[in-house]
Amino acid sequence: MSLTAKDKDVVKALWAKISKSADAIGAEALSRMLSVYPQTKTYFSHWPDLSPGSASVKAHGKRVMGGVALGVSKIDDLTNGLLDLSEQHAFQLRVDPANFKILSHCILVVIATMFAKEFTPEAHVALDKFLVALSLALAEKYR
Amino acid sequence: MVEWTDFERATIADIFSKMEYEVIGPAALSRCLVVYPWTQRYFGNFGNLYNAAAIIGNPMVAKHGTTILHGLDRAVKNMDNIKSEYAELSVLHSEKLHVDPDNFKLLSDCLTIVISAKLGKEFNGEVQAAFQKFLAVVVNSLGRQYH
Repeated sequence: MSLTAKDKDVVKALWAKISKSADAIGAEALSRMLSVYPQTKTYFSHWPDLSPGSASVKAHGKRVMGGVALGVSKIDDLTNGLLDLSEQHAFQLRVDPANFKILSHCILVVIATMFAKEFTPEAHVALDKFLVALSLALAEKYR
Repeated sequence: MVEWTDFERATIADIFSKMEYEVIGPAALSRCLVVYPWTQRYFGNFGNLYNAAAIIGNPMVAKHGTTILHGLDRAVKNMDNIKSEYAELSVLHSEKLHVDPDNFKLLSDCLTIVISAKLGKEFNGEVQAAFQKFLAVVVNSLGRQYH
């Protein structure tokens, strides 16, 4: 299920339309993840405030989407492009990779709420594949 | 027994009272067939599923999408007994249709995304949580009688 040339074009085109809202998408996706999948809160016990719209959630959502943006720019070689992030997740953060799927789903839902017209079935499949590939690259260094 | 809060009951009732079955059903099923193409294996006799445009324009897909969405009505009407409501349908999906139960989750994810696109901001985190919990219970019940 690797990314075809068409997938990459579709992802880049969609990203061009939504990237201005990346911070908002990130904050919203992260908030939803924490409330829809409460088990994910276990990774953020060090935050003072886990409520939607809190400063911690906003800042972290922005950081996560920075990673997504990096992925788009390195779409032709995600494994190498995300090596540093992978090492960070593998050795320091040690987030169970099952959670990448959960956050990806929340990102897709938020994009659907904010960009219903652009998020056609074709855009959806390309972005879903991209997020799966991104998650795999992120988990590369785990073992 | 699944415990539902008042908010969850109200949310589910509200979403389904406004549901445009003939729009959302086809959109959810066609999206599932496009995003997870292996699900097409169950629709060999549906004619042209060759590309996204064909799938989205396919009248059999549209009809079946509407049927599936109406299938959720029984859960909406009887939220306290979803498992028994779907016992027969579960047997059907297992013994006659031979559908891998993992597919129910794929379709429910697509339905969530179609509803979120329709409702926009109204589909906030709490609403999403309630809706996904409801679908998870339905999905679980549909897979329950497999053996």
